[in-house]
Amino acid sequence: MGFFRPNTLSEATVWLAENRASVVAGCTDVFPATEGPSLRGSYLDVTAIEELRGIGQSAEHWRIGAAATWTDIVRADLPSAFDGLKSAARQVGSVQIQNAGTIAGNLVNASPAADGAPCLLTLDASVELASKAGIRTLPIGDFLLGPGETALEEDEIVSAVRVPKASGRGRSTFLKLGARKYLVISISMVAARIVEDAGVITDAAIAVGACSAVATRLEVVENSLIGKPAGDDPAAYVDDDMVTRYLSPIDDARSDAGYRNVASVELVRRAIRALTEAGRS
Amino acid sequence: MNGEAMPVIVNGRPVALTSPPGRRLSEVLREELGLRGTKVGCDAGDCGACTVLIDGAPVCACLTPAIRAAGRKVETVEGLSAETLSPLQQSFLRHGAAQCGICTPGMLMAATALLAKNQTPSRPEVEEALAGVLCRCTGYQKIVTAVCEASAKTPPPAKPKTGDAVGARLERLDGEPKVSGTEVFGADFWPDGALLVRAIRSPHHSAAFEFGDIDAWRRAHPGIEAVFTARDIPGRNCFGVVPPFADQPALADGNARFRGEAVALVAGETDAVAALDLTMFPVDWSPATGVMDPASATTERHLVHGERPGNILVEGRVATGEADKALADSVHLAERTVETGYVEHCYIEPEAGAAWMEGDTLVIQACTQAPIMDRDDTASVLGLDKENVRIIPAAAGGGFGSKIDVSLQPLIGLVTLKTGRPCRMVYSRNESLLSTTKRHPAKMTGRIGADAEGRVTGMIFEGDFNTGAYASWGPTVAGRVPVHASGPYRTPNYRASARAVHTNGPIAGAFRGFGVPQAAILQETLYDELADRCGLDRLEFRRRNALRDGDISVCGQTLDSVGIAECLDALEPFWREALSGARAFNDRSDTVKRGVGIASCWYGCGNTGLPNPSTIRLGITVDGRFKLHQGATDIGQGSNTVIAQICADALGAPVEQFELIGPDTALTPDCGKTSASRQTFVTGKAAERAGHSLRRTILRLSNMEAGAEIRLVEGRLSVSDADATREIELDRLETDKRGYVLSAEETYDPPTTALDEKGQGTPYAVYGYGAQLAEIEVDTKLGTVRVVRMTAAHDVGRAINPLLVEGQVEGGVAQGLGMALMEEYIPGKTENLHDYLIPSIGDMPEIQTIIVEKADPEGPMGARGLGEHVLIPTAPAILNAIRHATGARIDRLPALPHRVLAAMKKTEAR
Repeated sequence: MGFFRPNTLSEATVWLAENRASVVAGCTDVFPATEGPSLRGSYLDVTAIEELRGIGQSAEHWRIGAAATWTDIVRADLPSAFDGLKSAARQVGSVQIQNAGTIAGNLVNASPAADGAPCLLTLDASVELASKAGIRTLPIGDFLLGPGETALEEDEIVSAVRVPKASGRGRSTFLKLGARKYLVISISMVAARIVEDAGVITDAAIAVGACSAVATRLEVVENSLIGKPAGDDPAAYVDDDMVTRYLSPIDDARSDAGYRNVASVELVRRAIRALTEAGRS
Repeated sequence: MNGEAMPVIVNGRPVALTSPPGRRLSEVLREELGLRGTKVGCDAGDCGACTVLIDGAPVCACLTPAIRAAGRKVETVEGLSAETLSPLQQSFLRHGAAQCGICTPGMLMAATALLAKNQTPSRPEVEEALAGVLCRCTGYQKIVTAVCEASAKTPPPAKPKTGDAVGARLERLDGEPKVSGTEVFGADFWPDGALLVRAIRSPHHSAAFEFGDIDAWRRAHPGIEAVFTARDIPGRNCFGVVPPFADQPALADGNARFRGEAVALVAGETDAVAALDLTMFPVDWSPATGVMDPASATTERHLVHGERPGNILVEGRVATGEADKALADSVHLAERTVETGYVEHCYIEPEAGAAWMEGDTLVIQACTQAPIMDRDDTASVLGLDKENVRIIPAAAGGGFGSKIDVSLQPLIGLVTLKTGRPCRMVYSRNESLLSTTKRHPAKMTGRIGADAEGRVTGMIFEGDFNTGAYASWGPTVAGRVPVHASGPYRTPNYRASARAVHTNGPIAGAFRGFGVPQAAILQETLYDELADRCGLDRLEFRRRNALRDGDISVCGQTLDSVGIAECLDALEPFWREALSGARAFNDRSDTVKRGVGIASCWYGCGNTGLPNPSTIRLGITVDGRFKLHQGATDIGQGSNTVIAQICADALGAPVEQFELIGPDTALTPDCGKTSASRQTFVTGKAAERAGHSLRRTILRLSNMEAGAEIRLVEGRLSVSDADATREIELDRLETDKRGYVLSAEETYDPPTTALDEKGQGTPYAVYGYGAQLAEIEVDTKLGTVRVVRMTAAHDVGRAINPLLVEGQVEGGVAQGLGMALMEEYIPGKTENLHDYLIPSIGDMPEIQTIIVEKADPEGPMGARGLGEHVLIPTAPAILNAIRHATGARIDRLPALPHRVLAAMKKTEAR
């Protein structure tokens, strides 16, 4: 029982090697799951660890510290490939949530409707996992295993999210569909990033969230776009099947599965249009 | 780090926190520092009521561990004002931005963060900044205005002249505590040493249960003072708002009939009880299948209450003329079936209160809409005389009908009675959602016929209303629906029946409109189809059939002062403009289509054919003060202000000289319950009579003529007209046992008659009327609906306070919009505020209120009720607009995107 709040990552990993605890940052997921006035159990709070806070870059990648909040992401100086992620950051919960919640926590919580997941998938992001033994990295797709399930070991802390420089190119967007404007969990959401060269699409990354156990990249759609002239409404080449075959939506209080398929196809087309000539004209 | 004091700057003052590091900051503020202006609505970051600033940034205090505040600056609502209210707080008062006031501190803090960066924000900027705080009363419009205008520092309006209080846009008389954070809601007061009470609740819809070794469990958990079960209840373990149907135990006795029903209470020291894991309480459940679907409940062998065959609680009927023949002879006919779901009241304040003993009297201070009914039911459950129970309504952080029923009153009463110690109880959001009443889900079928000229010839209505596990207001809904299902239209041949059907679902009770909003959805959408068949404009079709003065209602009542045609007339220019605007929009838009819809309402004010008197007392003390004993609970709608305005003008004295007393069952006469849009009408009429009565006494004593003005000047009573001023020397008058030298007490009970077996009679003395126009956009590929604008015309007879009238309209529209587009409570699935959605600030359209004043001959100064009327037309107007935009007929509410898209597909297939 207790609340450990170290100042350095090494303190944290050494402690976690010997103690079982939930690693927390914004606490925006652990408190709603708690009845009563206090968190019960054992917690490791990473928000005082300075090296986890910043958003920066090295020669190889962009690095978003695990304690960076959604608000930090909105305010960070990042290339337009991150516009979708910033848009997602502005749509997570409310300003109050964005001021506390973190992108790393969003990933660790592993909700199928995590707003950050599809955006990070389209950025080919990896998570940096720190333990006493050192640091390993895992692509987001290998980190997220299912609802509430990740590849995080008990002695590990997510220390950062990394985006390869090569994937920080192009323009991106994020479309979230819910039954109300603010404070809403998605029925479906689509993140897209498209790179153009001389009017031709040279790279594309599209992901859908809230329509499968974990957010899903749509490689068939992506491949269909590459080489297409951006000004030629490439979204028109997207068949329903190219999207829905890779989704496994469920019926719940927010929607039914059939609708999630239909809406996802539409959102994919809209996202592509928003990033190509059709959307700009 | 555990156990060390944490230094924090709170509202500019350094303090050292001793709370555990993982304690919610909201708890630290309220419990450790006594800063109870920060409100807790959900403990999950969904409602934003607990918003505070940390280093200037808004966060939810409920999601912030105490340690996260260490070394930082925390600002709460208490820090906003010093000697006087801040300009932002004053702006909230001026613009009527606080109704019940429970979300106000959160709104103020979010706005403070915005205004620190941007002193003159635009409306969209305000919406963005305040989007994390939910409000259930206001519809957000006045909040946005108040924030936009905060820096304008508009001076307060001039005080109304004596005799002109009625009709003035007076700021709420009880507004200041709501914006300063000092208002005392149910969770905000408890005596020192109060035990904390928590309830053990059934996790099953239907289950028999037996307790295990409670004593052993208790011994294993130090700090527990007592555990109580049904066996400990000294009185009749059965209560209900409609006495002949009373059926609900305070604590279930061996058989739980719905998920969330209380079966035992645990009371003890605060920290110990708060930390308990109640899922480990020794109780063995034997779950039964139960019955959840009202459609099968009537043929089901499982009876929720053995004595009610077919699970039918009651059926209400109204019949006049020959409905079958009229429909058979009709030139045009429309028929459809509509289903609606459970709708949650979703006030931001979960139920809360405290109890203590004063001598032999059990005192309960809790949120309520009906103090006298609380007193009577609590006394009965606890086996006490009514005189030995005193109910002090705490400020109610919203009610909308659910807080008419008792919730925790008998529970905390039991603990205090048995232990002799004060206690308190605060429902969690989940507990509030599970255990308190909802709007009745309805399945309704209707047929309406019209002749060749487009005149309605007849209507048949049948509805089943799922009343859940206990009766609550089921009988009232079953009675009210057939009376109102015709809408405010001439319907010469009519047969309507509504059954309240038991299931093991949540209890359905009173919710703004008592079933009439559901019935209006069916009738008003049928009217659109009929208008089309008749080849008539939809507004014109309604006007052609609107009830007029002298017409006879479906109950055989001759109506006078009927304002529906006036409301439709007032909307007509907006209707024409909206239709042509939609045509122009749709000509150039493919995916997004605009639609326009209209719907009407009528609603009888007060109980249906039953007595419901109110009594108002007004006194003058020897030291020269007007005391108004105002027993109508103000749940945000404004009765504290409106009743005072009426009484002041009736007395002929300045309204600002009135001091309000109560509500409090020890201090105020019975003003009945705050429900059925009856307070402005019924209590207002009693206040008018009391004012008139005291005025007659004063004029007689001072020998002055009818037009004289009465005022208190430095403790003396002064009476003046154009020619003279006379003073009454109060200290020469005798003081009565209540401490008054002069006083008046008057009662008013609306003249109604009980309905006969065909529903004929005079159910209400006063009706209110209204019509609303919805302009919406449908994304035809996604099925999403955005309401662009609502124009609402309501006949209020006389607007006692236009500012409060607008507030009621805007709030009612917000709830109607939620019901139409997003709200459905599904037991087991939407038991929190991120799965149960109510409109956020960004979902609300521009709302224009048109106040129609066709004086009612019975109402005080011509006034009618309004609170419930305003919600009724919104949902059908929106549904009619969706059909206008897309052709889609929504048969199952809410119109979630998947349902809209499916309905559009069905239309295309036809």
